[in-house]
Amino acid sequence: MLSRSFFLKILSGALIFGAWEYAGRVGVNYALPTFLESMKALIDMTISGLIFQAYADTLRPLVVGVLISAFIGIGIGVWVGLSEKFDWLISPIFIIMQAAPLAALIPLLIMAYGIGLTSKVFVVCIMAMPVIVLNTSVAVKNTPSSVKEMARSFLGSRKDVILKIIIPSASPVIFAGLRLGVSAGFIGAILAELKITPTGVGDIISYSRMTADYPSMYAAIFSIILLAVIFLNILEKIEDVLFKGNNQGYIS
Amino acid sequence: MSNDQIENAVTVKNVYKNYGDVEALRDLSLEFPKGQLTSLLGPSGCGKTTLLKIIAGLLPATQGEVLVNGQPVNKPGPDRAFVFQDFALMPWASVIRNVAFGLELRGVNKSERESIATKYIKDVGLTGFEHSFPHELSGGMRQRVGLARALSVDSPVLLMDEPFSAVDEQTRRKFQEDLLNLVKNENKTFIFVTHSIEEAVYVSDQVALLLPRPSRVSEIIKPSSFKNKDINSIRKDSEYLDTVERIWKSLRSYVE
Amino acid sequence: MYLFGYRLPGMSSLILWGLLWEILGQMEVSFFLPPLTAIFSTLGEIYNSKAFIRALYETGYSFLAGVFFAVIIGIPTGILMGKNKLLDELLLPWVNTFMSAPLTALVPVLMVLFGFGLKSIIITTTLFAIWIIILNSRAGVMQINRSLVDMANSFGASPIDAFIKIYFWAALPEILGGVRIGFIRAVKGVIIAQLLISIVGFGALFELYSSRFLMTHFWAVIIVLFALAFTLSELLGVLARKVDYYASKRN
Repeated sequence: MLSRSFFLKILSGALIFGAWEYAGRVGVNYALPTFLESMKALIDMTISGLIFQAYADTLRPLVVGVLISAFIGIGIGVWVGLSEKFDWLISPIFIIMQAAPLAALIPLLIMAYGIGLTSKVFVVCIMAMPVIVLNTSVAVKNTPSSVKEMARSFLGSRKDVILKIIIPSASPVIFAGLRLGVSAGFIGAILAELKITPTGVGDIISYSRMTADYPSMYAAIFSIILLAVIFLNILEKIEDVLFKGNNQGYIS
Repeated sequence: MSNDQIENAVTVKNVYKNYGDVEALRDLSLEFPKGQLTSLLGPSGCGKTTLLKIIAGLLPATQGEVLVNGQPVNKPGPDRAFVFQDFALMPWASVIRNVAFGLELRGVNKSERESIATKYIKDVGLTGFEHSFPHELSGGMRQRVGLARALSVDSPVLLMDEPFSAVDEQTRRKFQEDLLNLVKNENKTFIFVTHSIEEAVYVSDQVALLLPRPSRVSEIIKPSSFKNKDINSIRKDSEYLDTVERIWKSLRSYVE
Repeated sequence: MYLFGYRLPGMSSLILWGLLWEILGQMEVSFFLPPLTAIFSTLGEIYNSKAFIRALYETGYSFLAGVFFAVIIGIPTGILMGKNKLLDELLLPWVNTFMSAPLTALVPVLMVLFGFGLKSIIITTTLFAIWIIILNSRAGVMQINRSLVDMANSFGASPIDAFIKIYFWAALPEILGGVRIGFIRAVKGVIIAQLLISIVGFGALFELYSSRFLMTHFWAVIIVLFALAFTLSELLGVLARKVDYYASKRN
C-alpha cells in the first residue's frame, strides 16, 4: 500500500530526474549528460569495483579526521562549558572559526604538511571541530540548574554531577553537533581531494572532467552526495531513536 | 420572530460540528439576550471555544445556523469582536497600533483610528503606554490592550475566549469587577467562555452549562438576586455561593 | 570572566592569543608563523594594491550576487512551502538533501556547465546559502501563533492584508535567523568556490602568495577575510536579536 507521502516522494524524485533526463536529451549544455547515461556509468563503476576502491581512499581522511575532531572537540567543549575561565580563553577562537571561511587555510596546510594524508585529515578537522566544540559547550552550559541542584541536594559529588547529570542531559545536543561535524567533514574531505591531490572520488571527478567523460563525472558526484545524505540521515534516525525526538542541534 | 430579533443579539440554531468522525457539537441551540453577559461554562473538551469560534465565523458549522441580530452569519463581520485567551497581540507593533488594528483593516485613516484608539486605551487604564510594545507589558496589561482593541471597533457583540485565564489571580479579580461595570455601562452583548465556575457565576447574567461528548447545553442558570448588589458583597452572597455549589455538583462527575 | 572584580569583555582573550602569536613569531618557531606585527605591516602595504582591491571587489561582488539570489528565491519559496502542503511535500525532500549534501562536490559540475568565472562562483554561493533560508522561512510560517491569524480573520482581513501585516512579520525572526546562517554559509561557499576555480578573487591571490611562499601576505589576507566574516556574522546576529520578540510564542 502506497502512502500519500511516499507517493509524493517518488513523484518529486521522478520530476527532478525526469527534468535532468530531458535537459540532457535536448542538449542544454554539451557537458550535461542525461540522467540514464550517468546512472549507467555509475553501475559500470560499481560492477568494475572502481567506486569501492575510490571510497576507501576518500573515506580514510574523513573517518580519521572526524574521530580526532570528536574526541578533542567534545573534550574541549565540556571543559569550556564547565569552566568560566577556559570559556573566556577558548570560546572566541571557535566562535571565529565557526563564522570564518576556514577553507582559506588549505593552501597554508599544503605548504606546511605537503599533499599527503596529514593535510587532508587537517582539512576535515578544521571543518568539523568548531561546530562540535560549540554545540558541546552550549549543551553543557544549558543543563537545567534545577537538576544540578537536585543532584547536589542529594549529596552528589562534582564528579557525580558531571557524569550522571550534565553529560546525559547534554548528550542530545552533543550528538547533533557530531552529526553537523560529520556533515562539515564531508565538505572538507571532498574539498581536500579536489584541491590538494586527486585521490578516491575526487580523482574520478577530476580525471573524467579532463577526459570529458561527463557521465562518469556526474556518476561520481551523484554517488558521493547520495552517500553523504544517506549517512547523515541514518545519524539523524539514530538520534531520534536514542533521544526520542529530543534533538535540538545548532545548525551551522 | 420580530420579538426574537429585539431580545436576542445572537441565536444559535441546531448547530452541529464534526471533525472527521469526531462529533464536537450535536444539535446545539442557544439564545444570547441583548445587552447581557452569557457565559459558556463547562469542563475542557466540551466544545465551548468551538461554539464561540463558530459564532465568530472563524470556524464553519457542519450544520445549523447562527443569527446575529436576525441575520445568518458564516464569516467574521463588523458586528462581532473577539478577545483572545493568549491576547493575540502583534509583538512587532506598539500598543496604539495594536488597539487600532481592527480599524486599520477596515480602512479608517490613521489620525482618526489613533484618536479612537487613544480613547479606548484611556478607558482600559493604559494611558502613557501608547508607544510601549507588548513584551514590555505585564500579562494583565496585555489583555487590557486586547480588550481595548475589541472595544475600539464598536461591535454590538463581544466574544471573549477565556480572556482572564492567562493572568494572575489578583488581576483576574480586578478584571471581573471591571467587566461587570463594562456590561452595565456599554450597551453590548457579551459572550464569555470560561472554565471557572466562580468566574461564570460572578460575571454572568446567564450561565449556559455545557457537557461534553458530544457537547450539548445541559442547563441554563440565571443568577438574579445579587446582580444589583454592590460589587464587593457578591462573593459572600448566599445565592452566589449556592449557585457555585449547584454547578459544581452537576459538573463533578465529568472530572477525570 | 572576572579579573579583580572587573568583568572582562567577551572576546578580550583574543588579545592574549595575539600576544602569544607575536612571541612565537618573534622566536621564529615556524616559517609558517610570521610575527603578527609583520603581518599587519604587510597588510598596510597591500591593502591598496591593485591585486588586493580587485580580489576584494570580485569576492564582494560574487558574495552579494549569490546571497541576493538566495534571499529573493529562498524566502518566497520557504513561505510558500509553509503555506502549501503539496508544494511542501514535493520540495522538502530535495531541500533536506541539499541541506546536508557536500555541495563542494557540485563545484566541478558548475565549472564545466558555466565556465571558470564569476558565474560559477555566484551559483556556488547561492547553493551554499539558499537551503537554510528556505527551511527557516518555512519553519517561521508554520510556527505562527494560530490566534494571531484568527485575530486578523476576526477583523475581516483580506488574504493580502493578512500576509503583509501578519505572516511576514510573525515569521521575520526565523527568516532573519535563516538569512544570518545563510550569509555565513555563503562566505564559506564563495571562498571554497574561489579556491577550486582559483583564477579569480582571493583564490588567485592565494595561488600567487603560496607559490612564492609569501607568508605575511598570506596571513594578512586571511586575517582580513576572517575579520570581515566575523563582523558580518555579528552584525546580522544583532539584527536578528532586535526582532527576536516578534516571535509571539513567548507572549
